[in-house]
Amino acid sequence: MNAARVGVVTFPGTLDDQDAARAVRLTGADPVPLWHADHDLKGVDAVFLPGGFSYGDYLRCGAISRFSPLMDELIPAARAGLPVLGTCNGFQILCEAHLLPGALTRNEGLHYICRDQGIRVENADTAWTSDFATGQEIVLPIKHGEGRYVADAETLAALERDGRVVFRYVGGNPNGSLNDIAGITNEAGNVVGLMPHPEHAVEELTGAPSVDGRSFFTSILKRLVNA
Amino acid sequence: MARVIVDVMLKPEILDPQGQAIARALPRLGFSGVHDVRQGKRFEVEIEGEADEAALAEVRKMAETLLANTVIEDFTVRVER
Repeated sequence: MNAARVGVVTFPGTLDDQDAARAVRLTGADPVPLWHADHDLKGVDAVFLPGGFSYGDYLRCGAISRFSPLMDELIPAARAGLPVLGTCNGFQILCEAHLLPGALTRNEGLHYICRDQGIRVENADTAWTSDFATGQEIVLPIKHGEGRYVADAETLAALERDGRVVFRYVGGNPNGSLNDIAGITNEAGNVVGLMPHPEHAVEELTGAPSVDGRSFFTSILKRLVNA
Repeated sequence: MARVIVDVMLKPEILDPQGQAIARALPRLGFSGVHDVRQGKRFEVEIEGEADEAALAEVRKMAETLLANTVIEDFTVRVER
């Protein structure tokens, strides 16, 4: 059987697409480069929206990227069930595109934060987290200036009630996110967004704090193989 | 030609750490009596033709679609005379 094909999107200003493609490859899938200006998802089985500063973060993080030609294809595909993972700027884009509720705003302390961060997996039933155990604590790098998750009280209550908070910061909240939220999912569980960077934590060679990031990719691979 | 101003502000319940930092800097510079500062964005949209109701409705649509993220921001639209 052919390897699963995971699209990795590059916008102008994307930084983490090479690490993302490498992480996809390391876990046995084929990374497929997707270009923001194309109306073409190239028939991929899943999509990774990596971090960076797409369109220079002009206007708001993700606000311009959300209207790119590729997103015109990705948004309906994600609504129809295509697995999509957005990390950091990718998470911001997913929120701007209303594939995920809420928004990511300036860190409470105004500082850009770059450090290893403890995270608890709160939901191991999504397309991207099935290789974790609910309650498992992992360590991933974070690096962002605008990662404070906010949503209105009603949305927040619904996320908590429905188990759609997928990741929570532990050992201190780095950015002032409401309810210590580090990542969330949509109702169907196929779209996941988080501020931490699994693609930077897949091999010891790079000095990563862990290889916990691998499980995101093995999760999606199992899902695609069993689909 | 007419100029339409769109002001975008974070909703009152959304924390504005940039505004807070500015508010904290002002007393250091000798400006007293400032209770609070909120920072926002101002867009000057030059439109062709009259700023009639239809044109303003179009600018409101622009604001909703792109200029503001209504999940976290409010906006106002007015014509500059």
